[in-house]
Amino acid sequence: MQRIGVFICWCGSNIAATVDVKKVAETIKSEPGVVYSENYQYMCSENGQQLIKQAIKEHNLTGIVVGSCSPRMHEATFRKTAEAAGLNPYMVEIANIREHCSWIHKDMDEATEKAIVLVRTAIAKVKLNAPLQAGESPVVKRALVIGGGIAGIQAALDIADAGFEVDIVEKNATIGGRMAQLDKTFPTLDCSACILTPKMVDCAQHEKIDILSYSEVEEVKGFVGNFNVKIRRKARYVDETKCTGCKICMEKCPSKKGLNTFNMGLNNRPAIHIPFAQAIPNVAVIDPEQCIKLKTGKCGICQKFCGAGAIDYEQKDTFVEREYGAIVVATGFKPIALDNFNEYGYAENKDVITSLELERLMNAAGPTDGVLLRPSDGKHPKVITFIQCVGSRDTSGCGKPYCSKICCMYTAKHAMLIREKYPDTEVHVFYIDVRTPGKNYDEFYRRAVEQYGVDYIKGMVGKVYNENGKLMVQGSNLIDNEQITIESDLVVLATAIEPEPSIRKVATLLTASIDTNNFLTESHAKLRPVESPTAGVYLAGVCQGPKDIPETVSQASACAAKVIGLLAKDKLKTNPCVAVPDEMMCNGCSQCANVCAYGAITYVDKEFRLGGGKTEIRRVASVNPAVCQGCGACTVTCPSGTMDLKGFSSKQIMSEVEAICKK
Amino acid sequence: MKISYYPGCTLKTKAKDLDKIARLCASVLGVEMEEIENWQCCGAVYPMGTDEIATKLSAVRALDHAKKNGGKLLTLCSACHNVIKRTNEDMKTNKDIRFRANNYLQLDEPYGGETEVLHYLEMLKTVVGFDNIKKAVKNPLNRKIGAYYGCLLLRPSGVMAFDNPENPTIIEDFIRAIGGTPVIYPFRNECCGAYVALKNKDLPKQKSCKVLASAKEKGAEEVITACPLCLYNLQVNGDGILPVRYFTELLAEALGV
Repeated sequence: MQRIGVFICWCGSNIAATVDVKKVAETIKSEPGVVYSENYQYMCSENGQQLIKQAIKEHNLTGIVVGSCSPRMHEATFRKTAEAAGLNPYMVEIANIREHCSWIHKDMDEATEKAIVLVRTAIAKVKLNAPLQAGESPVVKRALVIGGGIAGIQAALDIADAGFEVDIVEKNATIGGRMAQLDKTFPTLDCSACILTPKMVDCAQHEKIDILSYSEVEEVKGFVGNFNVKIRRKARYVDETKCTGCKICMEKCPSKKGLNTFNMGLNNRPAIHIPFAQAIPNVAVIDPEQCIKLKTGKCGICQKFCGAGAIDYEQKDTFVEREYGAIVVATGFKPIALDNFNEYGYAENKDVITSLELERLMNAAGPTDGVLLRPSDGKHPKVITFIQCVGSRDTSGCGKPYCSKICCMYTAKHAMLIREKYPDTEVHVFYIDVRTPGKNYDEFYRRAVEQYGVDYIKGMVGKVYNENGKLMVQGSNLIDNEQITIESDLVVLATAIEPEPSIRKVATLLTASIDTNNFLTESHAKLRPVESPTAGVYLAGVCQGPKDIPETVSQASACAAKVIGLLAKDKLKTNPCVAVPDEMMCNGCSQCANVCAYGAITYVDKEFRLGGGKTEIRRVASVNPAVCQGCGACTVTCPSGTMDLKGFSSKQIMSEVEAICKK
Repeated sequence: MKISYYPGCTLKTKAKDLDKIARLCASVLGVEMEEIENWQCCGAVYPMGTDEIATKLSAVRALDHAKKNGGKLLTLCSACHNVIKRTNEDMKTNKDIRFRANNYLQLDEPYGGETEVLHYLEMLKTVVGFDNIKKAVKNPLNRKIGAYYGCLLLRPSGVMAFDNPENPTIIEDFIRAIGGTPVIYPFRNECCGAYVALKNKDLPKQKSCKVLASAKEKGAEEVITACPLCLYNLQVNGDGILPVRYFTELLAEALGV
């Protein structure tokens, strides 16, 4: 006979204000199997845990139910408590009477009644719990960082400095990411390249870091501590080990009309090119869509001039397979396409540009050598109008519902830099709200307004149209309550940002969940912000949500701390709640293997006795407990009911349902 | 197919052509517009007052009539469309208005916004299909035409759900279907000046001229609209910068009606 103890937590007033906790504890006392029932103000506190430990020992409890918050909060806590008192940790069940009850109900009688049912349900389950033992699996002491922007660079450096091997997989020809494209950085206005490139060099020179540029993750198998990753190394048609970065090929290449994507397409580059001066690796790459030799077979000029003999037109994609203990996703962002925003005239007017394009126009290494010239005629713009929230905070369905977070600050930066460099320029900024939370951020914005005389206009822009060679920006000025039209020479759109589109593929490969805006979901919005719900996968930078450089770097370092913590362990405890097949019932139909997202199920031929000395060999399912994540997909798919999940058996679930339905 | 049709006052007086031609074209395209019995004024701008119920009743009567006769109510005048569609939305989502209107009307069965309100353009797009119009065209209009949307078809965008309010495309698609070349110009969704024309001629003049000048600058040879009030303002207050016609007139021309 089981001896169950029940512990009802008040959670201060979180539960006790809506649920009559004393009544719950009292009512539950008469449940069959319950030998002890108590309530306490904070069950998770030291004293609360002591109370549980004592009860387990004094009353010889064989299982306990804690009526408290979500198991996601404190299941691990109470399992440890039970274990310390000599009880198998898997003999603990949590009845969630906070998130599922007190927080969502107002009526005390109703909530109390529901709490009683929830606790009864947990009791029904715990009676069928069996002691489980966690297994162990080894940890591969190497981390993979997907994405070589500032997030990936920071995470890689921190992990490598702790002594672990790190590979950075970057889909572009160089690491550096978006930050490499920026001119100055707020709020201190230091040059982006000056603070980024030393870190890029550190990565290249670090003995523990291997940069796989121009590469993409192709396949991911395994689980936390033991990922097996296949990486595609795209053909760059240049031997990375031979190229010296001398750039003679760039000079000689006759096909010079490719859009320079690093400069946001504002100027051209040759088919063979090094993306920018400080690229890491400083190795050329050939754009096969643009290369005359690769398209027609005729040319080969770069090969002739390359003193290092690095050009290889025959190069093919290759694959490498590596083992990792942990994976950091740092895939970054891109500005949204402006197809849905014709009212701003971006497609028709060369002088309507995005903020990222302005960064390149202001940058000394950009297409205009840092002189602000407008794209249409190369003249100095005298009136510049900025439009904020282009596609951000947009609930019409044309843009993104979220705030892109970085635009208020970079627009203030742009406005200030322009007024500083070209004091005769008039600068207007249309805004919905100016959002500047952050250290020294609001002071920065105030400087733009007060010291630099930037004209901030509260209101949205209706349209930008061309009249007599001027860009007319029609918008509302909500403070003066009037519609205004500003004759401008250059219009800059603070375009919303979205996750880099390759995120969807990466998320699928990693079985990491993404939200409706394609941002990767963290395990807990507040308490586990850098961990994906998929164990061993960590999130850094804008792939998890809009953020600026300081925040990205903090998050990347936080990721690194988590990865170091994981890699420092030699072995990981595995979750014992895994699927087990009843081989006598299995007919080897393969349906479970088809739904298993982790590749944990294989089939084996086994000999079974049929009686009367006869035997037969049957194909039956076999689960690798180290790989199984206990998701339960196979158990609900199996047509014969062969598969069951330890700790969540069909019997246990049914007994819970019965407890709920019983009056 | 038959669709219940709400013409509205202006289409019986100033905009008779709009009504007549629309019916002719629809019948050529296989749609019979069945004028609902005893319809009353939609209420014009008055149903937008949230505290007044009586002014919404005639729209609800029309909607209820359509509910019992096929479930769709076809409109043509942009203003009637705006009023009836918004009243319908109120009946669907605003408990208080629904209760009071039904309480007053004492219909056989309470009305709760069941009818689908369709503008003639939406009917052309979804019921007939622009591809089928293309096939029925006898005289393709080989000229550059500017679509003028005005405000009432597009806004409030959530309720009207007519098209993207900033970058609409339905009239341009219509122009393509009848063989014309649509001209996109920035002021096609700006206000014409509307009822301000009653009090003050300057504002509608300024607004209407801007619309037509903008269309002309982008190369339009004429401008079409679905709204009698827009037509009035553009024609009377638009300095004759461009000819302005109802979209149905061009449809008739293309179909050879």
